[in-house]
Amino acid sequence: MATLTLTSVKKSFGPTEVIHGVDIDIAEGEFIVIVGPSGCGKSTLLRMVAGLETVSGGTIAIDGRTVNDVEPMDRDIAMVFQNYALYPHMSVFENMAYGLKIAKTPKAEIDARVAVAAKMLQLEPYLQRKPRELSGGQRQRVAMGRAIVRKPSVFLFDEPLSNLDAKLRVQMRLEIKALQKELGITSLYVTHDQVEAMTLADRMIVMNAGRADQIGTPLDVYENPATEFVAGFIGSPATNFFSPSAAFGRAPTVARIGVRPEHAQLAAPGQGRAQGKLLFAEALGAETLLHIRLNTGEMFTLRQDGTAPVPVEGADCGIDWPAERELDFDAEGRRLP
Amino acid sequence: MEKRVTFKGWLLPLLLLLPQVIITAVFFFYPAGQAIYQSLFIPDPFGLSMRFVGLGNFEFLLSDPYYRASFVTTAVFSILVTVVSMGAALYLAVLADRLIKGSGTYRTLLIWPYAVAPAVAGVLWMFMFNTRVGVVSWYLGLLGYDWNHVLNEGEAMGLVVVASAWGRVSYNFLFFLAGLQAIPRSVIEAAAIDGAHFWTRFRTIVFPLLSPTTFFLLVVNIVYAFFETFGVIHTITAGGPQQATTILVYKVYADGFVGQDLGSSAAQSVILLLVVGLLTIIQFKFIERRVHY
Repeated sequence: MATLTLTSVKKSFGPTEVIHGVDIDIAEGEFIVIVGPSGCGKSTLLRMVAGLETVSGGTIAIDGRTVNDVEPMDRDIAMVFQNYALYPHMSVFENMAYGLKIAKTPKAEIDARVAVAAKMLQLEPYLQRKPRELSGGQRQRVAMGRAIVRKPSVFLFDEPLSNLDAKLRVQMRLEIKALQKELGITSLYVTHDQVEAMTLADRMIVMNAGRADQIGTPLDVYENPATEFVAGFIGSPATNFFSPSAAFGRAPTVARIGVRPEHAQLAAPGQGRAQGKLLFAEALGAETLLHIRLNTGEMFTLRQDGTAPVPVEGADCGIDWPAERELDFDAEGRRLP
Repeated sequence: MEKRVTFKGWLLPLLLLLPQVIITAVFFFYPAGQAIYQSLFIPDPFGLSMRFVGLGNFEFLLSDPYYRASFVTTAVFSILVTVVSMGAALYLAVLADRLIKGSGTYRTLLIWPYAVAPAVAGVLWMFMFNTRVGVVSWYLGLLGYDWNHVLNEGEAMGLVVVASAWGRVSYNFLFFLAGLQAIPRSVIEAAAIDGAHFWTRFRTIVFPLLSPTTFFLLVVNIVYAFFETFGVIHTITAGGPQQATTILVYKVYADGFVGQDLGSSAAQSVILLLVVGLLTIIQFKFIERRVHY
């Protein structure tokens, strides 16, 4: 267990700067998720913490020790890769024991530690199998087991669930959460899936084009997005954005207005804060998504309860939302109070 | 369902196959048949008559100390060529694999020797090590070493091994580099995080994962050393000094075309045919099943 501190960490590939300075203090045992679209630099940031990429600027410290120039093996970390990166010619047992063998751990202790991890991950029947004889979920578990047996101070996860099917992903997500709680090891987890981020994180870092747009607890990020990008990226279906001309009475600094689909409700035509025409409705059972074209031509998605009445397609409708739920942004995409 | 293209009738497929069949028949089946046939006879020195001797040629060969010595020479030569060319190629491939910039240039330069015909390569090496005008032997002379592969058997063997291995390094390099690049980067990174330094990673991860490539090259290189090094040996040492570099293939030529003992030469060809058949079986078995890690 350890703290992890990133101080204005930067990364350049040649003349191109891809990470423009990220700061975060991670407490002992905290589960931090870095979330962002592909190409935002989240994996690069993780690989810098792992020591697989050099740090172009700033410092990375594990437990107060700056590790910028420390080899990956001397950082006391363990990493779970997207493609699992299992050693294909070794059995499950050998895969998990590899790091310990290199560290010259006594054989009895290796056996004991692998046994504990195997039990925890329900891998006991598969210890003698080769990775190619395992299913995707089992391989994922072996990769986790390999990380666990070394008892590192920091866990790094690089999109570990993205190669699994949807059902397995939900299951493994819960398992990872439970495991991390049980072991209490500081974790840094990279994903592009905002649902994963919301469910796993103690705090999350929302990255956009090499910057940490916002760092906070999932609910805080959801309720109070710091930028237009964050408001659009976190939450599903995505936040509706439209220009202030569609509504009225906004300060001149307001360039864009954001309203989450779940925070808006239908109003009688001519009533409410915005007006539009219902294009079509998607009934998902528990909820119904109404796709409305605003009078300005912009699209608006509204989520309402599955039992609520739905206007006929093509009908005029008003849209209303509580004033405190409205998110206002300036021309640079920054949130206005 | 697999989609299969089928021909109506048999004339067109036969026509399409014919060129390959003719080439194989004229340049392989016919000579091989001739060799097997002739290996049962002893012709007179002028080639005017032949006497049937059954397996006499084979009996004589297997009890001939020169022929048995040639077997040993071939074994030593093949092992050395294989080890030297594969070792050098693996070393260069590992270095090239670590390169980020300019790997394309290195790759191209390293492939060049493969384009040089064995006989030409032999001549190049012969001139470099020529006892009177050779550049290398001159420098060796300055260092106080009297190089003379015409007289010294060990030096002769060393030279033909190096000359044969040199052209082969390119080929092996390509396969090793491809093999190295097929190993997922993340597996290497995982090993690095697990605490393995470069050499440990190479020993425990990279080399085992390369084993299919290594095995394939092993067979191919042995076949090369056995059969395709004639040009090198002929141009550099012509099998000498004494019989120090007379490998089996060279002996077929020397006994048949220089010594005019066509019966024995044919018998030797048949023995080589069996050896190459054996190696081919090993290789096919390997390609079918592959070496599984």
